[in-house]
Amino acid sequence: MTQSHDNPAHKQALTIVGFLCNWCSYGGADTAGVCRFKQPTDLRIIRVPCTGRMDPLFIARSLILGADGVLVSGCHPKDCHYAVGNLYARRRLEVLKRMLPFMGIDGDRFRYTWVSASEGQRWQQVVTEFSEQIRSLGPNPGVTGKSAAAATA
Amino acid sequence: MRIGVFVCQCGTNIASTVETEAVAREALQHPDVVYATSYMYTCSEPGQQQIQRAIQEENLQGVVVAACSPRMHEPTFRRAVEKAGLNRFMFEMANIREHVSWISNDRQANTRKAAELVHMAVAKLRFNHPLSPSRVAINKRVLVIGGGVAGIQAALDCAEGGLEVVLVERQPSIGGKMAKLDKTFPTIDCSSCILGPKMVDVAQKENIRLYACSEVESVAGYIGNFSVQIRRKATCVDWNLCTGCGLCMEKCPAKKVPDHFNEDLGNTRAIGIPFPQAIPKKATIDKEHCRQFTRGKCGVCKKICPVGAIDYEMEDEFISEDFGAIIVATGFDLFDHSSYGEYGGGRFPDVISGLQYERILSASGPFGGHIQRPSDGRQPRNIVFIACVGSRDASVDRPYCSGVCCMYIAKQAILTRDHLPDSNCYVFYMDIRSPGKNYDEFVRRAQEEYGVNYIRGRVGKIYPKNNHLIVQGADTLLGAQVEVEADLVVLATGVEASAGARELAEKLRISYDQYGFYMESHPKLRPVETNTAGVYLAGVCQGPKDIPSSVAQGSAAAAKVQALFSRDTIETSPQVALVNERACVACGKCIQVCPFGAIQWKELRGGIQKAEVLPSVCQGCGLCNATCPPKAVQLQHCTDNQILAEIDVLCA
Repeated sequence: MTQSHDNPAHKQALTIVGFLCNWCSYGGADTAGVCRFKQPTDLRIIRVPCTGRMDPLFIARSLILGADGVLVSGCHPKDCHYAVGNLYARRRLEVLKRMLPFMGIDGDRFRYTWVSASEGQRWQQVVTEFSEQIRSLGPNPGVTGKSAAAATA
Repeated sequence: MRIGVFVCQCGTNIASTVETEAVAREALQHPDVVYATSYMYTCSEPGQQQIQRAIQEENLQGVVVAACSPRMHEPTFRRAVEKAGLNRFMFEMANIREHVSWISNDRQANTRKAAELVHMAVAKLRFNHPLSPSRVAINKRVLVIGGGVAGIQAALDCAEGGLEVVLVERQPSIGGKMAKLDKTFPTIDCSSCILGPKMVDVAQKENIRLYACSEVESVAGYIGNFSVQIRRKATCVDWNLCTGCGLCMEKCPAKKVPDHFNEDLGNTRAIGIPFPQAIPKKATIDKEHCRQFTRGKCGVCKKICPVGAIDYEMEDEFISEDFGAIIVATGFDLFDHSSYGEYGGGRFPDVISGLQYERILSASGPFGGHIQRPSDGRQPRNIVFIACVGSRDASVDRPYCSGVCCMYIAKQAILTRDHLPDSNCYVFYMDIRSPGKNYDEFVRRAQEEYGVNYIRGRVGKIYPKNNHLIVQGADTLLGAQVEVEADLVVLATGVEASAGARELAEKLRISYDQYGFYMESHPKLRPVETNTAGVYLAGVCQGPKDIPSSVAQGSAAAAKVQALFSRDTIETSPQVALVNERACVACGKCIQVCPFGAIQWKELRGGIQKAEVLPSVCQGCGLCNATCPPKAVQLQHCTDNQILAEIDVLCA
C-alpha cells in the first residue's frame, strides 16, 4: 500500500488512480485547477493519450495491488481527438466493469466518465462524487487479502 | 540511469500549499535519483539554466520537473534539456500545480500527493528511451472555412503571402453577418463600403479559389497533409455560365419567398442573387419555394436565361482537395429571441431582433433605408431597445456576455435619432459594456449628444395596446416602475454558436465548449491555435467578439499558417506505435482498429506477414496497443511497462 496508508496522520487518505486522456479530461482537470475548484486530494492522475489506450489490465492491476478506486475519463463520445478511441474504450471498460465482481472486486470501485477540456466544474463534481463514493466503501480489502495480492503482483 | 528532479515553487503558486523542499528531499530516496532540488521559478531562464548545469555537472541522463501542467510547459522543458545534450524524451513532468496546489489547501496532503506524483514520474522515466522525430513534406495550401469578415481577412492575408487558398462558404455569397450590417460602431463607417472591396479582392485574387454554397463533408489526415472532401450543393444554376444579370430574379413568378438576407422582413424570388454586392454574383434556386420543384412545372427562368445556365437536374457534387493547414472561421448565429415569451418576439411583428433592425436601417434593406414598422409601414415615434436578450441570462442557458450588443444598440439609437430627429429612443440595459477603443466615448455620445434615454433595468413584459406596444420595466436607479408606449421594440439579440458548429468540430477533431464555441489551445497565449495541430481559429466561432477582434484573429491565424508554411517539412512526433515483429502473431486486429489506416501488412521472407506502422501517418492514440493480444505493438513513450511502472509505485 502507499505510504499514506501507513502514515497515522493520514489514516483516512485513500489511493485513487485516475487515467485521463490528454486532450479532454486532462485539460478539464487543468481547467479545474486554473479555476481553483477545490477537490479531495486522494486522486493521482496518470496521463494517457486517449482512453482507447486503456488496457483493462491497468485498471485490474491497480485494484488488485490495492488501489481503493480507479477513475477513467476521456472525451465525450463523438468528440474524441482520435475520432473513435473513446468508443472502443467504452466497450472495453463496460465489459471490465461487469467482470470486476468475478475477480472479487467491488464494481463500484471503478468508474469511467467523459469530461471535456472546458468542463472544469464538471471535473470537480466527478472527483468529489467519486472520492466520496470510495470513502463510503472504505479502504480496498484486497482480492484475497493484501499480502496475497502483493505476493502475486 | 542518473535522474535529476527539479521541484518548482512557482512563486507561491505551488510553495504556499506544498512543501517543495520536502518533495525534493523525498525524491532523492527513489532509485536512480542522484540530484533533487527546489527552485522559485523553474521555467524562468535561470531555472532552465539550473537544469542544464545539473545535467552537465551531475551527468544526468533523465530529468523530472515537478511544476505546472505538461500541457503548459512540457515543450519548454523539453527544449531546455535538449539544449543541454539530452534527448527531449528523457524528460517527464509531474503536475503539482493544476492537480495539487491549486485544488486543495491541505498542506500535508498536498505534499504527500506531490511526492507521489514525482515518484510516479521517476518510475516512468526509468523506462523512457531516446526518440527522434522524422520529417514529412508540407502541402502549402490552406483551407479557410467560412467567408465572413474573419475568414475573408484570413484568406486575403494568406493569399497576399503567395499561398494557395480555398475558401469554403455555406451561403451563396461570402460576407457573413457583416454584409448585413448597415453601419459599424464606433465610427459609423458604412459596413458594405469597408467590407465590399475585401469581398471583391477575394473574387479577384488568382490564388484564392472560392467555393460558395459549399460545406466541408469530411476531413482526414493531419498537420501538413489534410485531405478534405467538400460538398458543393446543387444551386441548379451553372455558375460557369451565369453572368449575374438578374433577369431570372426579375421574371420568377414565385414572389412570396421569405428573404433570408433581409432577416425575413421582406420577400424575394425563388431564384436570385442574395444582395447587390454578393460575391460570387451568381444566382441560386431556392428549391423549397421554386415552382418547378414544388409544383413540378414552371420553367420560366430556364426560358428567360440568356446563357442557358439553369439546370433543374443538378445534384450535389463532391470534390477532394489536399491542404497543409485549416483556418476555421464559421462565425455565429443570433439567439432566437422568440424564447422570451414575455417580449413577444416572433408574435408581435413590431418586436424585432437587432439584425432585423440593421436591415431596416440599411439602404439596401427591405424598406430602402426608411425606418418603418414591419406591421403597417408607419414611421415609429418611440423606439425601445432592450439589451441582453439571450446574453448574461442563465435561465436561457446563455450566461455569457455577447460583447457587441451594448455597442450596436448605441449605434442603432444614434442612427435612429439621425434618421428621425423627432423620435424618442429608450434603451433598457443591465450594465453598459464598452471596453474597446473609443467605445465608451461613443456610448456617451449616444446619451449626451443624441439624447438617447438610457434606463438601467430589465423589461418585464411587452403587450400590444391601441396599435402601440406597452413596454413595462423597472428603473433600478430610480427604484421605480417604468412604462413606455413604444411603436417599435428592438431586442439586442445575443450571439450563439453557429448551427452545425459541433458537427464541424467533430469532423475537424477540435474541441468546443458547452455553448458550442471552439476551444483555443490556451485562453491567453494560444488564442488562435486549437489542440489539433494545423487547425486554427478566427472570429466568433471561438467566442463572441466584435469586428476589429475578428479581423485581428483572421490575420493572426493567417500569420500562424505562414509561419508553418515557411518550412518545407514538418517534424512528426516520434510518439507513435512500434511493432515488435517477433511477438506479432499477425492477427490483424491492430489494422482493424487503427482510425488512421496507419498500420499495414508487411511481408517478410518466406511469405510471413507481420503488422507494420507507418510512423508518418500514426497519430499516437494507442488504440492498437490496447487491442494487440500479445502486446506486440507498443506506443512509444507510453508503453505498457511505462504505465505499469506508474501504477506499481502508486499502488504497490
